[in-house]
Amino acid sequence: MGLFGKKKKKKKDNNVAIMMENVTKSYSKGVPALDGISVTVKKGEFVFIVGDSGSGKSTFIKLLMRELKPTKGRVVVQGEDLGAMKNRKIPKFRRNIGIVFQDFRLLNDRNVYENVAFAQRIVQAPAKDMKKNVTNALTVVGLAGKYKAKTSQLSGGEQQRVAVARALVNNPPILLADEPTGNLDPKNSWEIMQLLDKINRERKTTILVVTHNREIVNAMKKRVITIRKGIVISDEEEGGYIDED
Amino acid sequence: MRISTFFYTLRQGFVNIFRNKWFSLASIATISSCLFLFGLFYTVIVNFQYMLRTAEGEITVTAFLREDATDEEMEQVGEMIRNRAEVARADFISDEQVWAEWAPENIGEDYMDIYTENPFENMNSYEIYMKDIEQQQTLVDWLKSLPDISEVHYSEITATSLTGMNAIVAYVSLGIILILLLVSIFLINNTVIIGISVRQQEIEIMSAIGATNFFVRSPFVIEGILIGLIGSVIPLAAIYFLYINVVDYVGVQFPALNVLLQFLPVKDVFDLLLPLTFGIGAGIGFLGSFVTVRKHLRVYAKG
Repeated sequence: MGLFGKKKKKKKDNNVAIMMENVTKSYSKGVPALDGISVTVKKGEFVFIVGDSGSGKSTFIKLLMRELKPTKGRVVVQGEDLGAMKNRKIPKFRRNIGIVFQDFRLLNDRNVYENVAFAQRIVQAPAKDMKKNVTNALTVVGLAGKYKAKTSQLSGGEQQRVAVARALVNNPPILLADEPTGNLDPKNSWEIMQLLDKINRERKTTILVVTHNREIVNAMKKRVITIRKGIVISDEEEGGYIDED
Repeated sequence: MRISTFFYTLRQGFVNIFRNKWFSLASIATISSCLFLFGLFYTVIVNFQYMLRTAEGEITVTAFLREDATDEEMEQVGEMIRNRAEVARADFISDEQVWAEWAPENIGEDYMDIYTENPFENMNSYEIYMKDIEQQQTLVDWLKSLPDISEVHYSEITATSLTGMNAIVAYVSLGIILILLLVSIFLINNTVIIGISVRQQEIEIMSAIGATNFFVRSPFVIEGILIGLIGSVIPLAAIYFLYINVVDYVGVQFPALNVLLQFLPVKDVFDLLLPLTFGIGAGIGFLGSFVTVRKHLRVYAKG
């Protein structure tokens, strides 16, 4: 407490995108999914989050998205303390994070353009900016020429590119990819990772990739955070995939 | 809200209807049936009430004046009666008038040759028509308290039975209509739940990207309102044509009933039925979908 009883605000580090401080998340009466982990990701970093099934990766993502609140500790994303955040502020906060899912989650009744524009509509982007932003995002992922195509006419790799464009179009400072190559063949997997790397370098977007893909993790020489049984067992710059045994 | 967002939300409301077209059709059909029955009851009630009013208008209270009342006193009483709020009209009936009307019918046109004196002499009266038959007893009590009135004739049974019938019809109709409306709300509820489950993935994506509760929920509420409005048009059209034809048919086929069955003009029925049906349709659509999205569509997890 300060001199006049005011709560002293913790000084914000403007260079930090994500900070987890002694975070524990327990579900009812079970073993904690995350057990006192501390992780800091700087703005503009590219980080792999690696771990086996049940390691706590999903909980990690849900905490970052504020789908869950930590049982203990603090989760701060882009300067916002998510544990203290009111429900009504969640939508605006989530606009800081572009998300890419393993199963693409595209709207199959709409074409490529509409899928990407969907994210713009949600943030109520002005109509005049929408076309420009969608075209730019599709250009970045190399699908500008296929904007009229139905998503069902695209290959798996192309569908994931549309998902990346949708995550990018609102220009979020953080992009979170949850097993983005899980449904792709090695060639397409590699292309998607190259695309994410390009976005990180050119746009300075902070990128977190949750993955099982050992080859990619080992080849890309990025920071690797390994979670096992709810604990960070390794956090290495230019790290590699650590096997369970 | 931006205009483009408003139109997008509206469009999504329409898209929802077409996406679950069979469930939407089922909801529209149910609402149409409910509103059709509502319209039917309403039409019957307003016509019944109109007929009752007409019948009530025929019921009179006769107040006989004291035999020795002077012309001035009789006029004064007439003035006092006409000034009463519940009185629509009060006609003075003189003893000569009564005799002149009664005698030819009951004795014969040559009654003056038989009777030289008026047996109804000094039986002057006021025939009183009421605005509201329910006020009859109040008026009768007041009339009886006047010193210049010797006797009051009225039909108590007719007045109470008409009033009672009116109330029974109104209560029964209200009960049936309420049940129908609840059924409609339940059905809209089901349609919207199905709509939500069909669009579960889209809702999850919206939530992850940062859509507000309002943005996610609005299309479903609009869907409900649209279903309600579409469901209102069909019964209104059906009742309109049905009403015109029934009135024509009764008029042509049963001319004898024309005295008893006096129907309201179609315009008078629809003056209130039209906004009422659209209002109820949109209202149950809104209520059904709003309650459902509040209950089943939580955009934010509780954590």
